[in-house]
Amino acid sequence: MIPASFDYVRAGSAAEAISLIGQYGDEAKFLAGGHSLLPMMKLRLAQPTVLVDIARVKDLSYIRDAGDHIAIGALTRHMDVETSPVLAQHAPLLAHAAGHVGDPQVRHRGTIGGTIAHADPASDLPATTLALGATYVVQGPNGTREIKAADFYKGFLESDLAADEMITEVRVPKMNGAGWSFQKFNRRAQDWAIVGVAAWRGSNGSGVALVNMGQTPVLATSVSKALADGASIADAAALAAAEASPSKDNNASVEYRTHLAKVLVRRALEESTK
Amino acid sequence: MEIRVTVNGKQHVSDVEPRTLLVHYIREVLGLTGTNVGCDTSSCGACSVHIDGEAVKSCTVLAVQADGSAVTTIEGMAAADGTLHPMQKAFMENHGLQCGYCTPGMVMAATSLLKENPNPTEEEIRIGLEGNLCRCTGYHNIVKSVLAAAGK
Repeated sequence: MIPASFDYVRAGSAAEAISLIGQYGDEAKFLAGGHSLLPMMKLRLAQPTVLVDIARVKDLSYIRDAGDHIAIGALTRHMDVETSPVLAQHAPLLAHAAGHVGDPQVRHRGTIGGTIAHADPASDLPATTLALGATYVVQGPNGTREIKAADFYKGFLESDLAADEMITEVRVPKMNGAGWSFQKFNRRAQDWAIVGVAAWRGSNGSGVALVNMGQTPVLATSVSKALADGASIADAAALAAAEASPSKDNNASVEYRTHLAKVLVRRALEESTK
Repeated sequence: MEIRVTVNGKQHVSDVEPRTLLVHYIREVLGLTGTNVGCDTSSCGACSVHIDGEAVKSCTVLAVQADGSAVTTIEGMAAADGTLHPMQKAFMENHGLQCGYCTPGMVMAATSLLKENPNPTEEEIRIGLEGNLCRCTGYHNIVKSVLAAAGK
């Protein structure tokens, strides 16, 4: 399978990338690691006429301790997130979840900014950063703005990102020793989750987000609220699908996904509760 | 677009269409057909090659993305005098292949794995090769081969 023809240009900086995208208009797309975009182009589900390759913008690949949060450059690859000592210490849930994206070959190419911009509800890191209360820093022609993960996802593969904006940084609050768990239920190790759960629970509350349980990654706020009100893990987990609107596909019916979400949230909370 | 890629130590300057996939560049432009196309959807790993020493799936990389990098394919693993790479030798000695179709990708993924984790457990090898499928289901001997190559 070969993608439809397109023109290819390379950007050396975020500013240049945004200027190039602006110049080519709506039919142009940013290319980072390409592990969401290229498969779609090969299936002709996406047919951009111009690709602006941002993978060589080297100053957007970093993981830094920024006080109360960890700042991750958008072009940081999954393999670097997975193996980062800084994240292992301060946001182990994210490092662990990154190690479950695709397979090692995919993680050598795919980037954290790319998977978030793609906004696939079945991807691991959109839900994980949502559970962690992350903020995405976005650059456009008029400067930068910050978008909370909870406000970012608007629909299936749709986000608050304008066509001429790119994610430059992902800010993940430090977990400060909170318990955490990542549950991914699938048939083959490298597949997308049939249902996934990213969860943490600490002295200042909890965060639970669901993978592949709707048109967007889903923040299970009812679960966190129930826990805050003193509910048992079993009672809180029973509310797992309250905010979800799962679809059926070849892997699972709506009923199966709903049941699975409750089971996986219960397991995740048991693992997160110290 | 003109690209410069070092493949198995030899530099190539080629004019490619931007939509040319790296695997097609390797097989059809350079004539190195050891790298196989299996699923063509970045699932099976048969097309695995190294870019700058790391395994990637060359059906999901554009040739233009590899511009300026060093690519290694299965043809570049053995020494110039034909001496097999230790991983190739381990596959041969441990019956790590049946039909052989997945083997080039398995060897490339396994060598990349040992570079990142030189002393893996059997379980770490199984997880580390999750991106490579063997339809003969010869996984036990593939894992045995990688353990042997790691000196276990």
